[in-house]
Amino acid sequence: MNWDWQAAADSIPLLLKGLLVTVELTVLGSLVGYVLGLVLALLRRSGIPVLSQAVWLFIEFVRSTPLLIQVFVLYYLVPPTTGFKMSAFVTGVVALGVHYSTYAAEVYRAGIEAVPKGQWEAAVALNLPRSRVWTAVVLPQAIPRVLPALGNYTISMFKETPLLLAIGVLDVLNRAKEVGAETFRVVEPYTLAGVLFLLVSLPASLLVRRLERRRA
Amino acid sequence: MSNVPHIVSSILDGLVATAEAALGGIALTVVLSLIAGLALLSPRWPVRAIARVYVEIFRGTSEVVQLFWLFFVLPVLVGFQLVPLFAGILVLGLNHGAYGAEIVRGAVRSVPKEQYEGAVALNLSPVQRMVRVILPQAFVEMLPPFNNLFIQLLKSTALLSFISAGEIAERGELLVPVFGADIGWIYGTELVLYLLLAILITTGMRALERAAARRLGRRPSARADRVLAGGTG
Repeated sequence: MNWDWQAAADSIPLLLKGLLVTVELTVLGSLVGYVLGLVLALLRRSGIPVLSQAVWLFIEFVRSTPLLIQVFVLYYLVPPTTGFKMSAFVTGVVALGVHYSTYAAEVYRAGIEAVPKGQWEAAVALNLPRSRVWTAVVLPQAIPRVLPALGNYTISMFKETPLLLAIGVLDVLNRAKEVGAETFRVVEPYTLAGVLFLLVSLPASLLVRRLERRRA
Repeated sequence: MSNVPHIVSSILDGLVATAEAALGGIALTVVLSLIAGLALLSPRWPVRAIARVYVEIFRGTSEVVQLFWLFFVLPVLVGFQLVPLFAGILVLGLNHGAYGAEIVRGAVRSVPKEQYEGAVALNLSPVQRMVRVILPQAFVEMLPPFNNLFIQLLKSTALLSFISAGEIAERGELLVPVFGADIGWIYGTELVLYLLLAILITTGMRALERAAARRLGRRPSARADRVLAGGTG
């Protein structure tokens, strides 16, 4: 083993800077994913012909193909064809958000289906308008139930962000790579990058587990 | 347009490496899931502790970081370099095995207590109890989450392009600088291939599910409520 504490300490500031970017990507990606996921779930349920099936197809397609290729498509293929250019960071947020929105859509669907039928019947009996049924009866019961599952997906997303180094996003791992290239020492930065992931995701998953137990 | 046949055939060349990575990763995942999953349920605490450390380390860190560590750091520490495809299979298996261990643990624990008691009452040895009574019932429960896990693993094979394992995603990236104008065909071909492989995995797992349920004299159960339970990505 050749572990150099000095080299380890020297690499920490840059790694923390990268960690901040990783966390930002995760938070923004989750926001996009949760909102878009709800929209997808509702469209899928809406029963509008063609649109409903198209949404289903979109969900299955995005879920079954690698995030890395989707990132490449958004970064290299979309700008020349549409003229709409996004920075690497924004591409990352959009790619993570869209990819995880398809998981979130399934989670919302399960949560909505878990609302007892009597709740729907009561809402109809009370003559509530459709929008009120959703906003005041169904979603307030469905969403708390799906929060732990969504939390787990946020943790997964956090661990998937390093693949964005393929388009040059300066996350933890890319910073570790940078340190390695400058100092010719790879053991410390890469190991510390792993440790940083553990330090964030372990407490986060404990938190989600506690949330799960409280809802159960 | 004239470049399209060349692009498609170049990417198809990577199919073998992707299939090897996926199948090798799946095989390693199954083995590690069973070992670590049963170890998590062991009555001896050191066994449980070792399995728990393995599961938490591989579930708690990023797969890409694990890949980089194994491919770039390990050679510095031990003095020899792994073949890219082999390193890739190792990471895919170790990472997804940690998730699979939790699936196995959960499935074994979901077998009703009466089944244990019945096996004890029949004087079956612990091994017989596990192999002949508990695992066949737990197996049916494991299949749908393992299907999801294998799809995740298939998608993760694209990460092996970072270490030049010669699979689909890397073949595509090698084509991009040369055939920039046909970039849509490159990524389109890749996506279709991954989609077909994913459908193949799901078809196989569904067939296995039906066969396993039939062996137990059950009908394949509804899968609606499973999404909420297993939120892994």
